[in-house]
Amino acid sequence: MNAKYMFSLVAVIVLFLLAYAGVEGAGLHVLFGILIPYAAIAVFTVGFVWRIVNWAQSPVPFRIPTTCGQQKSLTWISPAAIDNPATNGAVVIRMILEILLFRSLFRNLKFHFNEGNRFSYIWEKWLWLGALAFHWAFLAVVIRHLRFFAEPVPFWVQWVEQLDSFFRVEFFTDFLQIGLPGIFLSGLVLLAAAVYLLLRRIIIPQVKYISLAADFFPLFLIIGIALSGIAMRYFLKEDIVGIKEFTMGLVTFHPSIPANVSGIFYVHLFFVSVLLAYFPFSKLMHLGGIFMSPTRNLANNSRTQRHVNIWNYPVKVHTYEEYEEEFREKMIEAGLPVEKEL
Amino acid sequence: MASNKQMYDKGKVVAGLVIFVILITFPFWYNLGKAAPAPELKLTEKAKAEKVCVMSKEEMKAGHMQLLDIWRESVVRNAERTYVNASGKEYSMSLSNTCLDCHSNKADFCDRCHNYVSVSPYCWDCHIDNPKEAKK
Repeated sequence: MNAKYMFSLVAVIVLFLLAYAGVEGAGLHVLFGILIPYAAIAVFTVGFVWRIVNWAQSPVPFRIPTTCGQQKSLTWISPAAIDNPATNGAVVIRMILEILLFRSLFRNLKFHFNEGNRFSYIWEKWLWLGALAFHWAFLAVVIRHLRFFAEPVPFWVQWVEQLDSFFRVEFFTDFLQIGLPGIFLSGLVLLAAAVYLLLRRIIIPQVKYISLAADFFPLFLIIGIALSGIAMRYFLKEDIVGIKEFTMGLVTFHPSIPANVSGIFYVHLFFVSVLLAYFPFSKLMHLGGIFMSPTRNLANNSRTQRHVNIWNYPVKVHTYEEYEEEFREKMIEAGLPVEKEL
Repeated sequence: MASNKQMYDKGKVVAGLVIFVILITFPFWYNLGKAAPAPELKLTEKAKAEKVCVMSKEEMKAGHMQLLDIWRESVVRNAERTYVNASGKEYSMSLSNTCLDCHSNKADFCDRCHNYVSVSPYCWDCHIDNPKEAKK
């Protein structure tokens, strides 16, 4: 038991009960279906922009890029153009690769002692793999959901759906009816990766030690989102046409409450709303923060270009010439050498 | 306090934020001025005359794809072609000859909901829309 993850788990359970009881018990369909989603998207957008503007107001007085290779120097020394970017173009390439492939996580190392006191490094790639699976699956899930928010559904959303459902799980039909509607792999990968990232924080002692409630909360929330989504698609069979009519009402500003939709749909919607509203105030802001990170977005060119510290203020200097000018007579009286005689 | 501060790399940051806001508000501007009510299904005269489907309307709406999957399994793997519904009526397990016999208007019946929620079932890869064509 650990207070930090129990706190987050209880928070997510309370959110679940709030939405479920609010809709099924108190009939607050308008609150959970219309008001909270609108408020959440507004908080997300304004909060996100506010955080980025706030970060952009912080000066970066020094070039502090992380370098992972040979710096560009003499012509006969081969530089690592991307890992030690000397130009803005190389910075852009490194940034794109970092965002799409998480190269810095790929370098993740684990330290341990072999028999005796032999220190060694292990190339620990499970975190990289889990993180990559999680983020790409989440992106696919978000793009797939645009089918509820666009009419007609754009072709690129349909492409993602087709790619996502290439794996046909129909060979279980005799004992388990899960092949239809078609299995979307991204939803299952998202759930599995989020559970892995959660277990990692709970099981590995060092990672558990540095994990806070704010690390567990988004994971529990995303697991809740994935579970409620999977439950609706494969087991509860929510009225999907009614749901699309509802979401289209939201995005065209003519919201109306669908007739035959269960509380789990509102739980799903409420979880997503909470995630969006929580986003700008949490570690999830690494979505915007990666672009603002001075260790990633600066070129390592301080040997070829002069960068003046923007924090510099005009310093009053007193040169030796001025000093001698001021004290020359006294210096000569005291027998001190001067550069210019009286 | 914030008003006294300046933004560094203002051009790049503002450009990035504009792209972000455009992406985030995609559903709002993509559907601007469009109304997208749920599609209305047209029943053929034959379907109207029949009044009931193999299951209730609600069950069919939510579970027709599973029923078809079970039917296919039953016909292709087990060679059982007769389906008995809850009220004891017998049907032949056939998409072309049973389902599409009444619902012969694919474009106004099947496709309307499927297109609305972007579902592209591969039933039609083999089963031709019009059951009469399938029989020859």
